[in-house]
Amino acid sequence: MAAKRSSQKLRPIITEHWDDPNLFTLAGYQKVGGYKALKAALKKTPDQVIELVKASGLRGRGGAGFPTGMKWGFVPKKGDKPRYLVVNADESEPGACKDVPLMLADPHLLVEGVIITSYAIEAKEAFIYIRGEVPEAVRRVSWAVKEAREAGLIGRNVAGSDYSLEVTVHAGAGAYICGEETALLDSLEGFRGQPRLKPPFPAVAGLYAAPTVINNVETIANVPFIVTNGAEWFRGYGTEKSPGFKLWAVSGHVERPGIYEAPFGITMRELLDYAGGVRYGRDVKFWIPGGSSVPMLTAEHLDIPLTYEDLAAAGTMLGTGTPMVFDTTTSVVKAVTRWLEFYKHESCGKCTPCREGTYWVVDILQRFEQGDGKKTELKLLDDLSNQIEGRSFCALGDAAATPFPAAMKYFADEFDLATKTPVDKTFDPAATMLKSPVAV
Amino acid sequence: MTVRASVDGIDVVVPEGTLIIRAAETLGTFIPRFCDHPLLDPVAACRMCLVEIEGMPKPQASCAVTLTEGMKVRTQMTSQVAEQAQAGVMEFLLINHPLDCPVCDKGGECPLQNQAMTAGRPDSRFGGPKREFPKPLAISTEILLDRERCVSCARCTRFSEQVAGDPFIDLLERGSDQQVGIAHDEPFNSYFSGNTIQICPVGALTSTSYRFRSRPFDLVSVKTTCEHCASGCALRTDYRRDFVMRRLAWEDPAVNEDWNCDKGRFAFTYMRHGRLSAPLVRGSDGVLHEVSWSEAIAFAAKGLSALSPSVAALLGGRLTNEDAYSFAKFTRLVLQSDNIDFRNRPSSGEEADFLAHHVAGTGLVVTYEDLENAPIVLLVSLEPEEESPIIFLRLRKAYRKSGLKVAVIGPLLTRGLRKLGAQLLSTVAGGEAATIDSLLAGDLRGSQSVLTALKKKGAVILVGERAASSAGAFSALIDLANETGAKLAWVPRRAGERGALDAGALAGLLPGGRLMADAAARADVARVWGVEPSDLAVRRGKPQEKILREISEGKIDALITAGLQISDAPDVDTFKQALSEAKFIVSFEQRLSDVSSYAHVILPVASVIEKGGSFTDWEGRVRHFNRALNDSPAVSDSTVLGMLAKEMGAPNTGWRIDEVQYEMAKLLGEGPTGTKKEFKRAGAPTIEAADVKAPPSGSAVLSTWHQLLDLGVMQGPEEHLAGTRRPSQVIISPGRAKQLGVATGDLVTVSTVNGVVTLPVEIDEIHEDSVWLPMNSPGSQVLVTLKAREGATVKVAKA
Repeated sequence: MAAKRSSQKLRPIITEHWDDPNLFTLAGYQKVGGYKALKAALKKTPDQVIELVKASGLRGRGGAGFPTGMKWGFVPKKGDKPRYLVVNADESEPGACKDVPLMLADPHLLVEGVIITSYAIEAKEAFIYIRGEVPEAVRRVSWAVKEAREAGLIGRNVAGSDYSLEVTVHAGAGAYICGEETALLDSLEGFRGQPRLKPPFPAVAGLYAAPTVINNVETIANVPFIVTNGAEWFRGYGTEKSPGFKLWAVSGHVERPGIYEAPFGITMRELLDYAGGVRYGRDVKFWIPGGSSVPMLTAEHLDIPLTYEDLAAAGTMLGTGTPMVFDTTTSVVKAVTRWLEFYKHESCGKCTPCREGTYWVVDILQRFEQGDGKKTELKLLDDLSNQIEGRSFCALGDAAATPFPAAMKYFADEFDLATKTPVDKTFDPAATMLKSPVAV
Repeated sequence: MTVRASVDGIDVVVPEGTLIIRAAETLGTFIPRFCDHPLLDPVAACRMCLVEIEGMPKPQASCAVTLTEGMKVRTQMTSQVAEQAQAGVMEFLLINHPLDCPVCDKGGECPLQNQAMTAGRPDSRFGGPKREFPKPLAISTEILLDRERCVSCARCTRFSEQVAGDPFIDLLERGSDQQVGIAHDEPFNSYFSGNTIQICPVGALTSTSYRFRSRPFDLVSVKTTCEHCASGCALRTDYRRDFVMRRLAWEDPAVNEDWNCDKGRFAFTYMRHGRLSAPLVRGSDGVLHEVSWSEAIAFAAKGLSALSPSVAALLGGRLTNEDAYSFAKFTRLVLQSDNIDFRNRPSSGEEADFLAHHVAGTGLVVTYEDLENAPIVLLVSLEPEEESPIIFLRLRKAYRKSGLKVAVIGPLLTRGLRKLGAQLLSTVAGGEAATIDSLLAGDLRGSQSVLTALKKKGAVILVGERAASSAGAFSALIDLANETGAKLAWVPRRAGERGALDAGALAGLLPGGRLMADAAARADVARVWGVEPSDLAVRRGKPQEKILREISEGKIDALITAGLQISDAPDVDTFKQALSEAKFIVSFEQRLSDVSSYAHVILPVASVIEKGGSFTDWEGRVRHFNRALNDSPAVSDSTVLGMLAKEMGAPNTGWRIDEVQYEMAKLLGEGPTGTKKEFKRAGAPTIEAADVKAPPSGSAVLSTWHQLLDLGVMQGPEEHLAGTRRPSQVIISPGRAKQLGVATGDLVTVSTVNGVVTLPVEIDEIHEDSVWLPMNSPGSQVLVTLKAREGATVKVAKA
């Protein structure tokens, strides 16, 4: 029964042709109708394209879910400064793996989206900032840009129109903070990546202090489909507040991790079905809906529709929409410690709560992992999380404060146990390995 | 436009754009902060100043949010959220801080320490290992860094980048490894580096010269004025048991804001090294002997009385206003001579005329604020970063904040000028007047926007003292100012020159720009001095160069010198000749100098911290200061002159500092008793622009100025400061480099018939016919070695 319901839900749109090994080439992309949306867009005025995207209700896929059309509308079109489009392809959130596969499988979709978006905001220059640890993605997108330029789709007179555009692909150097949009801009300008003070917002003074739109890869990839099929079609998927479809990148302790494309409103239980369920038929212990920055949920939350609004009501967030599943062999103490170690390692150092807070929290959590925690330190960890959350400079600092309180909400007993017993004694590390040699 | 809002339930009305943290200050509410500094761009990094704002879900950094109409702000005084947020940040800041307050220089005056008292916990909840770094790290010879004390507020790095324009330090690494650092082999040699110590809210930055020397609570602080240059910085002089331990910038928004330069901050130890404690008199054996004050005064008085009025007074340019005034008065009244000059440097008659006409006694005409609000500032014969560093800082502030246009008539767009975004109107030294003439005539290429801007209201022209070496420059500038309506101000390099000019320490000039030759002015001065106009010297005196020549010619017999250094003189040989031929020399000195070996009497005088007084900065602003070391037995030049006057039978009142200041107020129109009368002024100089001829092949026109940190005697004993000097190098154009076949760093000689300077070469876009040398730096003492002044033709060759 569940499987049948699922088959109705599954709806590959972005991923429709990903099986085609030649999709990454211009010819392969054009064979499946690529760049038709661009030609359609160029027949509209830029403002009409913005109105169309506004009407579609498309929300940003980078984590915050901000309405895309509205963001584009913020960019002042008058003034002597140029306007820029910057694509945030610095996908670094633990658990998030959707933008990189998209760039590998279908780089021209991104490029087409970039051209249409640049046209809409009247930018003459666009930048794609790609996570430097994935040179394959950098190569594929660079290749796609080169092909598009040679085909007259980028450069002077895009596709024979009056519109001209340059696209630059830039590889980051491996910093989580550079996924924060203003830090990304600093990095792109050649500075040390640290978030900027807002206001001014990038829409007013972004890259090189000029009006700038920063969008996530997946957001941009939605644009050609909206242009081709219209806002109504797009709104036919998902819910009113979360319209459209999503690349659900399911990872963790599932039989078939991968990207499952389905409209908003699908549940985690359904996604789990697609992914073959929890490995070895085990049970879900906890899961996070969209990257380590959003609070975890448990098996009792598997039927919550995956929408911005429903997850917010459940006390968590959709985030990047890349669920990570953990089975019963997982120590929550260990998982939280790993996440915090990540946040400590990636803290940019600009603000005190994130820089010092993660240093301290990791120090405590590592002792809990060794069974050396103190009961009083549970209250301390809670205090420290509160001292970080809402006090840091950017959202990434706040994110560092989410794992522990959420874990305590559901698994306080495990932290209690870690005041006496090392985590590895409670949870056999071998049992939780990806290909577990131990039957549990 | 103002906005009305409430802070802690109290209504405030503040100008639009006021930050919450500043608005709270107006109510007397101090929101704790580290990264915030009123003169730096907000960064909101430390998160210490979090406050609650009604309607906002998260606490906000009050240092970065401006107050808007109707906003309701709650600080730690009334909001638990704000109080807890601040306490949380404080707790975080302290986990990695070493808490080594008992051995830290900052302990006792430390914002972290103080705010930990108000926002911190009595006990630490942190039990883990603290972050450690090797310490201290010398980021220059003068500045030491203790990284584990740092709270990453970035005040130092922002100051260096924004205010000084010297981003030689920056934050490196990330997360809890973040630290301040320098690039490899690129030390923090900024002229303003000491300010970072002062604004560091913890003890992370300390100075080599002060580290571990003292505790703040053992120091007595006195507000003083810097004696080095004419920028006029207010300083805080901290002393302990009659020893000055350190100097800092004293906040003065009108002048130096919160800053000063490293010379003013660190170069003060000359005051305690080699000081003379007793008068010296040259005996019949030709040797200087320590004698009592009464014996020395009697000896000096006898010698001067015998030779008066064939006497001249030469002053060194760093006397206080009061001392310069007393010399001016003593010379005219007691010595019956008008031979007095405060310009122990290349000078000219045109300059004297310009100063008498345009500067002396004019008071505050162009101010720092005027620079900040000007549509353009044109610099002529002035390199602000080297010669008046606070002018440089103010120009840079205006350039950053409001895009001030800076133009410069000179040979080279130096690094300092590039930091001001300056436009160069290129000329060789000596070609200034011709350049100004063609600027005014509208036929100077690329200068139209400069001329247009100069005609706008508030435009300013600043001319440095080096214009004295460029015939016609002052005359042309007066024309330019008259034609465009721009205000013209003179910027001398030394702290005492403007005051000495106003005090009348220049031949032909009485205090306040009054002319010796003007009977009404003489009568006015005589009245204040309590004498008859006929008691004042009558014959017009001579400038320094002529005085020295006349000594050699036997026309002038005796000399009084004060704070003089022979090596600063435009013609060292003539000077030495004159000194050896003078029949009698009385020298006022703090320490033995190169004049001492010629002097017959040496009268030891007080340094600036041992006497009260004032300096007049380039603006014409009088900068009073009080005596710092009250127990010092040292006496001021004025006091000594009073003793001499009494001994020589002249009126013995009017020499004590309060009497001097009373008289000066009457004559210069300053202070409550001041009256400013208008007297006839000297006419403007009208010297034609010099013909500028291209130098012969293999030669170039010399450009030279003092670098801020050089071989100046007052910087002498401060070796840590000396380590941050800029390297001595000769600058030539790429064309000349090609001609000579030299590359950057190769040795090049610059020579005259008198001597040779050999230095590594720097190739820059200097005027094709020019060569630049530092005036008084290691390996390059232009006046002493080449015996040439700016504008001279010198030979340039590959070494």
